[in-house]
Amino acid sequence: MSLFKIVADIGRFFLQFLISTGKVSIFAGQTFSYITRPPFYFREIITNIFNIGYLSIPVVGLTATFTGAALALQIYSGGSRFNATEVVPQIVAIGMVRELGPVLVGLMISARVTSSIAAELATMKVTEQIDALVTLSTNPMKYLIMPRVLAGILTGPILVLVADSLGVFGGFLVSTQSLGFNPTNYILSTVHFLTAADILSSLVKGAAFGLIATLMGCYFGVNSTHGAQGVGRATKSSVQAAAVLILAINFLLTALLFTA
Amino acid sequence: MIDFNNIKKSFNNNNVLCGVNLKVKLAQSMVIIGGSGTGKSVLIKTALGLIKPDSGKIFVDGVDVNQTKNNQFLERFGMLFQGGALFDSLPVWKNVAFRLQRGNQKRPKDEAREIAIQKLRRVGLGPSVADKYPAELSGGMQKRVSLARAIATDPEIIFFDEPTTGLDPIMSGVINELIREIVVELGVTAMTITHDMTSVMAIADQVAMLHDGKIQWCGSRSDLTNSGNAYVDQFVNGSVEGPIKTIR
Ligand SMILES: Nc1ncnc2c1ncn2[C@@H]1O[C@H](COP(=O)(O)OP(=O)(O)O)[C@@H](O)[C@H]1O
Ligand SMILES: [Mg+2]
Repeated sequence: MSLFKIVADIGRFFLQFLISTGKVSIFAGQTFSYITRPPFYFREIITNIFNIGYLSIPVVGLTATFTGAALALQIYSGGSRFNATEVVPQIVAIGMVRELGPVLVGLMISARVTSSIAAELATMKVTEQIDALVTLSTNPMKYLIMPRVLAGILTGPILVLVADSLGVFGGFLVSTQSLGFNPTNYILSTVHFLTAADILSSLVKGAAFGLIATLMGCYFGVNSTHGAQGVGRATKSSVQAAAVLILAINFLLTALLFTA
Repeated sequence: MIDFNNIKKSFNNNNVLCGVNLKVKLAQSMVIIGGSGTGKSVLIKTALGLIKPDSGKIFVDGVDVNQTKNNQFLERFGMLFQGGALFDSLPVWKNVAFRLQRGNQKRPKDEAREIAIQKLRRVGLGPSVADKYPAELSGGMQKRVSLARAIATDPEIIFFDEPTTGLDPIMSGVINELIREIVVELGVTAMTITHDMTSVMAIADQVAMLHDGKIQWCGSRSDLTNSGNAYVDQFVNGSVEGPIKTIR
């Protein structure tokens, strides 16, 4: 009896998941189809690049710096167990650039950008502002969604670059100030160790996560219903979906890019 | 001009429109009356393609609304939403001039602002509100800004969803006069939803009463008081007794 219920629930969840995946894919496809078709709302694109990219720099920078610093301490104390403390610069660099930089950016913009996009668009939906756009001969996909998603894709890599650099810098600070590393040697080790492929993978992840974060905000925002409660639900769902998707896609990209 | 042809629409199990037939003639002012929740707003939204009917067709100038490429087509329409639906990220004048700043009807910025201020004056708002944000205005002022936005590009067909709700009697009078002027002087085809009998008398050429998902009566304004229709009589007199159920 209860076994049937569990199986039914799993089945229902799985179906729901497939339906949602389909809907999101269609939504993403529509959004992309507008990237190349006029009219282009340049002012909207610029505003969104500013809001999504530039204004995220402080929070991304701070989280990356602290993470890099903590990473250096952990690697040092872990490395000291088998006399390998000298690998701190290399491991900090690879850890930040390949994994933590992009993931931190992804999660921070899910918190900051996805939530605000979802709440704003959901409010516009329930107050009929999106309908009003249509009656004013403006396609909401082009005017509201495409600029946000494009800004996410463009600024994701830049934010990741900031996170990578400041993460490495955080490790550098701790290592040179309290772990007794020589600053010049630290920098040289980092630079010699990192490859172009490491950095490129980081940027690719940045673009992917920027896309996911903005797309989820838009999708849940414009599909919101049921008033204020719906706005809250849209915001919550969008952040959950963005965060989980970002971590899942991060795993896939890592597997794809580094195990070949 | 606008021809609603057997429009049906339900939300889940809520049958809102059950076969609405209605014709609005060119340069005429049609007023829709009916209790709240009878589907008046839904009906107007089907005409703009914002809500797709489950069945039935709407023709504007013989063109099926749901078959057209939206943007060009929508440039002929203006719409005042029941809740105003102003963009709260834009100042008042940019709301009013929204269409004048992009797309086919784009004008230079100064000219767009000038037109916006002129339209604001027509709805009884001074130039000082132009740079305010919608959230800084009272509900009635927001409604009037929204009205100014609906008429900003002098569209041929305008829908007004409860234009005077939330306004004081004097301002209501101003808005009623404005709508009447727009129809008479500019030859606009207007479709107005209202509960306010003073507005009906001031605005309407034709009146249609929506109830139970159907048009119960449609006729000219002068026939409203001797329609011989029980629904209309009850609504016009605001009486509790009659075919329209009042749950208490
Ligand atoms: N998007 C929607 N989803 C579900 N129900 C709706 C929607 N829009 C309107 N309704 C329902 O349709 C009915 C008519 O609504 P409406 O047209 O707004 O009434 P009114 O005549 O007061 O303008 C109401 O019962 C309302 O709950
Ligand atoms: Mg209504």
